[in-house]
Amino acid sequence: MRKLANFFTGSLEKTIGLILFIALWELAPRAGWVNSTYLSPPSAVVSALIALLKSGDLIKHLLISLQRALVGMAVAVSFGMIFGLFIGYFKKIEGYLDALFQSFRQMSAFALFPVFILLFGVGELSKTIIIFWASLWPILLNTINGVKNVDTLLVQSAKSMGASQKFIFLRVILPAAAPDIFTGIRLGGSYCVMSLVAAEMIGATSGLGYLILYSQETFNIPDMYAGIVGLAIMGLGINYALKLIEKSFSSWKQGVAVGE
Amino acid sequence: MSKIQASKIHRQFQVNNDFGKKTKLTVLDDFNLQVREGEFLSILGPSGCGKSTFLNMLAGLDKQDGGQILIDGKLVSDRSFDRGMVFQGYALFPWRTVLENVEIGLQIRGLEKKEREEIARYYLAMVGLTAFANRYPHQLSGGMKQRVAIARVLAYQPDIMLMDEPFAALDAQTRETLQLELIRIWEADKKTIVFITHSIDEAILLSDRVAVMTARPGKVKEIIDVSLPRPRSEEIRNSSEFAQIRQYAWSLIKNEVTKAQGLQESIENDQGRIMVQPILSLQQKFKDMIQKRIGGHNEKIG
Repeated sequence: MRKLANFFTGSLEKTIGLILFIALWELAPRAGWVNSTYLSPPSAVVSALIALLKSGDLIKHLLISLQRALVGMAVAVSFGMIFGLFIGYFKKIEGYLDALFQSFRQMSAFALFPVFILLFGVGELSKTIIIFWASLWPILLNTINGVKNVDTLLVQSAKSMGASQKFIFLRVILPAAAPDIFTGIRLGGSYCVMSLVAAEMIGATSGLGYLILYSQETFNIPDMYAGIVGLAIMGLGINYALKLIEKSFSSWKQGVAVGE
Repeated sequence: MSKIQASKIHRQFQVNNDFGKKTKLTVLDDFNLQVREGEFLSILGPSGCGKSTFLNMLAGLDKQDGGQILIDGKLVSDRSFDRGMVFQGYALFPWRTVLENVEIGLQIRGLEKKEREEIARYYLAMVGLTAFANRYPHQLSGGMKQRVAIARVLAYQPDIMLMDEPFAALDAQTRETLQLELIRIWEADKKTIVFITHSIDEAILLSDRVAVMTARPGKVKEIIDVSLPRPRSEEIRNSSEFAQIRQYAWSLIKNEVTKAQGLQESIENDQGRIMVQPILSLQQKFKDMIQKRIGGHNEKIG
């Protein structure tokens, strides 16, 4: 009984901000503080969401968005990890490339979108590339850093036991760098969702970003907010999935004492 | 024949001095040492005398600039299966359990999981950590971590065990317990051990011979034969022979320690001299500066 009560107060503490925000959101248009034509109350948004779910539109757009996000992420993760491991392992190369990478990282994917359209057209390819570009840098740079910062004592220890280069790379450097690599992947995941929306707002006929923009243009405001909520849920879902994967790879970190 | 034969070893490092200029620092020069098969030899020296550098060379982690090191009559190679090293910093793999850590050397040697586990469990029992097999290193105390590291080396049966100040980071009680455990383990199977330390007591308690090093550039100043009987126990520290050897070792090393400190100070002295007397007027000024702030603050609170 006590446990149950603790559970409720615990989850109340965590969600109180969210609950207050939704209450305020409901209240503001109803009380006339904000014009309800521009800000639909959550109740209207929920019924729009349900209608979109029933018609199958939401699922259709969500699946297309998800597919784009996953393809872009998959390319970014494989590219970022392979090159990151390679560059971090050979420290000399990292020195040559660091300035280049730092400037590329600062180059917003949105700013480069016109370039991608020029080069690759308005089709799926340039959408994938913008997502790839946005999520690549945190993955690549974190992987490089992770490999670079592997404790030399561990490498020496493996060497003193007669380990081969292959063993050191696969069994020492890779697991030691894994936490940093995952931080990069999770950061890349959130950049991926952000750039996805931008990509879908230009020259697209499907996806959640398109749904949001199209609903606004046709003045279907509750649908617009429904699309935004759908996007937020998708972002949370991706982050949650990445967290789960991270957890299964770094279960040894459970309960590492602070300051250890 | 000697197990290890090091002759005329020379090693220097490129270092940046205080002014950011590159200079050469000679760490070992004309270093000669022979280690006998199955003996426990300690290398005792002041900090910075190059004793760890020599051990790294034996482990294949560093290379000398001159001279040669022979193990069993062959030149030391980078990669070999017959040496084991215990580091001061434990060097356990944090993502592996205690058991998996002990297994790693066997894994490198290509043993099957079942064989690895059988051997690892035997050595975990030897160091008294059977109950901790499935814990992770961060859940262990320093002494337990070093026990794991010792079990890990013992498990893959190297000819030579190299120990680089393995107990220096531990508290006094734990250090003494582990010293006695190491004696027990070594007296059972008599591996060749080269043990680095800066503690005279530790060197005498454990070793058959103690090589005393000079300050940098390091070489062997003298080798002391420790004729204390074995098996050794804790009480041997109180014997008069022990005290005699300790006194002799201290007389050898005293000058070197002062010299080593001199080397340090010559670097530090240029930067700023240590103040002998506190300057009271300045201290009063600092107090006033602080009081002015907290005084105002206290008024606000009041």
